[in-house]
Amino acid sequence: MSVSFTPAAVRARADPMLPGLAVVRGVKPEAYGVSTFSLALADPAEAAAYRFLPGQFNMLYLPGFGEVAISVSSDPFEPQLIGHTIRFAGSVTRGLARLQPGDALGLRGPYGSAWPLEQARGRDLVIVAGGIGLAPLRPVVLSVLRERAAYGRVLLLYGGRTPPDLLYTEEFERWQAAGIETHVTVDRASEDWRGQVGVVPQLFYRIRLDPRRTVVFTCGPEIMMRFVIYEALARRLPKEGVYLSMERNMKCAVGFCGHCQFGPTFLCRQGPVLNFAAIEPFFGREDF
Amino acid sequence: MAPSLPRVGARLTLAKSSLEQVFANLRAAGFTLIGPRLRDAALVLEEVTGLNDLPRGWRDQQAPGQYRVVPGQDSFYFDHLVGPHSWKQFLHPARLKLFGAAKNNGTWSFQSATAPPPRYAFIGVRACDLAAIARQDRVFLAGEFRDPHYAARRESLFLLAVNCGRAAPTCFCRSLQTGPRVTGGFDLALTELADVFVLEVGSEAGAEMLRETAWQPATALHASRAEEAVRQTESQIERELRTDDLPKLLYDNLEHPRWDEVARRCLACGNCTLVCPTCFCTTVEDASNLAGTRVERTRLWDSCFTLDFSHVHGGNSRPTLRARYRQWLTHKLASWKDQFGALGCVGCGRCITWCPVGIELTEEVKAIREKAA
Repeated sequence: MSVSFTPAAVRARADPMLPGLAVVRGVKPEAYGVSTFSLALADPAEAAAYRFLPGQFNMLYLPGFGEVAISVSSDPFEPQLIGHTIRFAGSVTRGLARLQPGDALGLRGPYGSAWPLEQARGRDLVIVAGGIGLAPLRPVVLSVLRERAAYGRVLLLYGGRTPPDLLYTEEFERWQAAGIETHVTVDRASEDWRGQVGVVPQLFYRIRLDPRRTVVFTCGPEIMMRFVIYEALARRLPKEGVYLSMERNMKCAVGFCGHCQFGPTFLCRQGPVLNFAAIEPFFGREDF
Repeated sequence: MAPSLPRVGARLTLAKSSLEQVFANLRAAGFTLIGPRLRDAALVLEEVTGLNDLPRGWRDQQAPGQYRVVPGQDSFYFDHLVGPHSWKQFLHPARLKLFGAAKNNGTWSFQSATAPPPRYAFIGVRACDLAAIARQDRVFLAGEFRDPHYAARRESLFLLAVNCGRAAPTCFCRSLQTGPRVTGGFDLALTELADVFVLEVGSEAGAEMLRETAWQPATALHASRAEEAVRQTESQIERELRTDDLPKLLYDNLEHPRWDEVARRCLACGNCTLVCPTCFCTTVEDASNLAGTRVERTRLWDSCFTLDFSHVHGGNSRPTLRARYRQWLTHKLASWKDQFGALGCVGCGRCITWCPVGIELTEEVKAIREKAA
């Protein structure tokens, strides 16, 4: 089971539900209904001390609208500017959609477990993402790029519903050039689309992997992750070599509200990044 | 009149009327007393100021889906058992202001709720409910994070416990080894006899509250009568919950047909989660002024039986009643143990009494075990 890497300073706060003040520094539209917000903590000491690991999330609070758990999508080596790629899907995220540079909001975190990059060192890493699921994996890509030689083959398998739904496409060329083998697919192509068409797990048929030295990190819709895991295990990867990031309703992020339970797991504490072997009895179970 | 205060661990007898002085001592020490009172045909937990507020001579009759208050033994203050309320409503309030947000000059400031909580003295805490408080301690105090709101109430708490003098058909504390005998974690514990209280001193604070009361060292006769009273209660408990095969039994039977069967009876009303003394789940809501510049954030009890509880963008992870009942029961009797090292059930029986259709958790587990995978 993965463990929480919530920093001691976050755990030690007198009131763990009280957000800190953050300010929007930049807003970058990524796709229809998806933007990346770059945030800075207003308190200089808090901003200087802020660190996060790839896969961790913050609670973003818009007073009057509510609070949402959003993964950090930016570079962990530049933690003073905290990036959140947000799909405007619910009442809080639609409120966040209105924020402009200079606007204030609440932020607390980071919380939860992280992608185990240390386990991927010296091995091959397959990053598999669907839709907005690439956001919590982007810090993995950026971390790998900082130390590309520390890893074996690194592959990114990514898919979206349609070409304009794909995130970070302008970065793909740089990632590819820096040694990340990138395969992209869409569910429905447009006329000018020259790439793959089909669901993400099918991209496994376009790659070769060595099950003895490969680690898989995946994030996307649960149905996609189920078939990603199926394809990985079909290629004889051990269950312990597959990590996924899960999502459930979450109100507090500190283990009090009970909403994010997935069997014995609190996704806010032992998750969101989990080892597949640890949750296998519960994963993919209907209505669980 | 005893010249000094009793030692911790001492057994005493106390005239029933002397409890009034204990209450006065607690009030003088700044405590708000919470105890059982008769209100709206139920025995509820509310502020009490004196002995006369206690439901002397009343007891409850409980059965699955049934609760009645009826006359009991005249001279008894604690002839009743657990009611619809539990102590969690004071330690973990059903509505709690978390913080306020204010917008000035285009920026927000966040301010913790600063009102100091009352210092509570709980009067008449049963063994099962003491265990329930200890279970919630694990949730709010023993994890990675500490809930300051719970901690403030808990740390200043005074506990006057009561050994149960009888058991209801809904009681099953014996199976969970949480009662009926109070064994620790109290300041004072009393056993009520027809003529006196037999009192056990659990802490220095407890001893302190006996100042100016006419306590006497318990005579052998009183002590043995008190023992006998609890033993008798123990023998009255008929309901059982086998726990030796939990949590595995439930984890192995997540697709058992009984979940469909119970889902046809369950109304998803959430009563069981509200009356449960260990259920801790909450949601949050914001209330703002019309301009949206002053916002108050409130934490409220929530129930895993509501559809909203498991809402995520684009859907719901537990859309069926079957899934929600399964979540509740497997949390209580399986995953709680993985999460907090003990089951989330203390055998108080409230969920059985207050279920409008009389679903008995003990029977559900039995049915699953009978045709276990």
